[in-house]
Amino acid sequence: MNGPVREFDLARSSLRELNLYLHRDLAREQPAAVRVFNPDGAHSIACGVDAAVDIDVLGHAGYYVGGMNKHARITVHGNASTGAAENMMSGLVRIKGFASTSAGASAHGGCLVIEGDASLRCGISLKGADIVVGGSVGSFSAFMAQAGRLVICGDAGDALGDSLYEAVIYVRGAVKSLGADARIEDMLPADFDALGTLLETAGLAPSPREFRKVASARSLYHWNADANQEY
Amino acid sequence: MCGIVGLLLKDPAWDAQLGELLVPMLVGMTERGPDSAGLAVFGTPLTEGARLSLFAPGGPPDWQGLMDSLQLRHEGRHELRATGAHAVLVTTADPDALKQYLHAQHAEIAVLSIGRSIDLYKDIGTPAQIAERYGFSALSGSHAVGHTRMATESAVTPAHAHPFTAGRDFCLVHNGSLSNPHLVRRKLEPLGVRFETDNDTEAACRFLEWRMREGDDIDAAIEKGFDELDGFFTFLIGTGTGLALVRDPFACKPAIVAETDDYVAIASEFRSLAHLPGVKHATLFEPQPRTIYSWRRA
Repeated sequence: MNGPVREFDLARSSLRELNLYLHRDLAREQPAAVRVFNPDGAHSIACGVDAAVDIDVLGHAGYYVGGMNKHARITVHGNASTGAAENMMSGLVRIKGFASTSAGASAHGGCLVIEGDASLRCGISLKGADIVVGGSVGSFSAFMAQAGRLVICGDAGDALGDSLYEAVIYVRGAVKSLGADARIEDMLPADFDALGTLLETAGLAPSPREFRKVASARSLYHWNADANQEY
Repeated sequence: MCGIVGLLLKDPAWDAQLGELLVPMLVGMTERGPDSAGLAVFGTPLTEGARLSLFAPGGPPDWQGLMDSLQLRHEGRHELRATGAHAVLVTTADPDALKQYLHAQHAEIAVLSIGRSIDLYKDIGTPAQIAERYGFSALSGSHAVGHTRMATESAVTPAHAHPFTAGRDFCLVHNGSLSNPHLVRRKLEPLGVRFETDNDTEAACRFLEWRMREGDDIDAAIEKGFDELDGFFTFLIGTGTGLALVRDPFACKPAIVAETDDYVAIASEFRSLAHLPGVKHATLFEPQPRTIYSWRRA
């Protein structure tokens, strides 16, 4: 990508013009970067991008920023509302501020970095992406997460990792409560290596030695008729 | 889905701009609530008498005829300021007696609110249409609560629009839905609490106002609400002294707060706050679930 930097001011042009450009004209123009001014909480900014381009959103984004992203490196220089990088396939989405509920929900690949806090249900139904949160996460984070890794540099709310499948959580601060079938496990050498790489990608300072690992006890994998619905 | 907005001005010098600041907030929530909208504005309390917001859903009634009959039948001073189908009546007569009289003799006119500082507007249409219809931009006051509605559980009529009111200088707007409003209603009705619609939000409004009449402060009333009200909610409550905001324990419905030295602004989404002066340097945060936030005019 070595064309000129392309700028969109959402105070003057529509969101559709921006997304149409990202989906259609960008491949021909090959811009060095795309900058989005005055996002002002608009929904679906840079959704469904399928190109290895740098996109800077200069302000606060609304719902689903960077949703379904493939290959793009998207930075929100502000906060993100519900569903940031939802269903991301690859690439990197970085939120410099805080993220609202369901950040990274069902993301399959790539990396979501939230430098501030994330609200409830962060990484719900995660399917293979990595999420690194510089601050704390709200309750029900990584609920039914199937694959991928969630790194929490701060604290976690209630029911962390409830009904986890094969996703792994690394948490540095206090956990208010673990969800059903989630348990603390020993950090193995491979965990320290993986966590070190993730923290380096995110540009966050903590040492992997300060984290604990939460993973599935796998006791919910098979139906137990004798459990009387109590887990 | 619905949209809620609220604004509390910390500096009285801004009061004249309340409506002007608030209209873009309300219009910003059009996609969340295009079928009806409402606004409660709190101004300097009357030192004597009461103010009633009146509304005739069928179109502008004979306001002069109404005034003539009030002068004749109810002792006291009455002043009426009408804007189309809406009017604010300031009176030294007993407001409850007036409400009963209107109900019996002028059934075409609904009493939307009673108090010393509240004026309340609500109607069906887009937020922009309603703001234009009643001249919201020109309204002044210290704080306000607004709502844009996308009906999910009861009819689209002005009466089902928010804010809901109960008692004096008290209103509530709601984004979400309650699963047990009829249970709450069945508890309150035998205690003499009267309902005007079948709307779920009215149950929450009357429950909280009933607790406060029983002696709870707003925090204690909301705490009891957590036990009694089941469902999804972000509630924004306006009283004569300020605003209170609360989200359900699962934070199912959104809210964001922007605070500066000059104001506290609340909305379902940031896009309703983006136009506010100084918002780029405001403290922005999302309220935690099951946590009560309140702000008073100093």
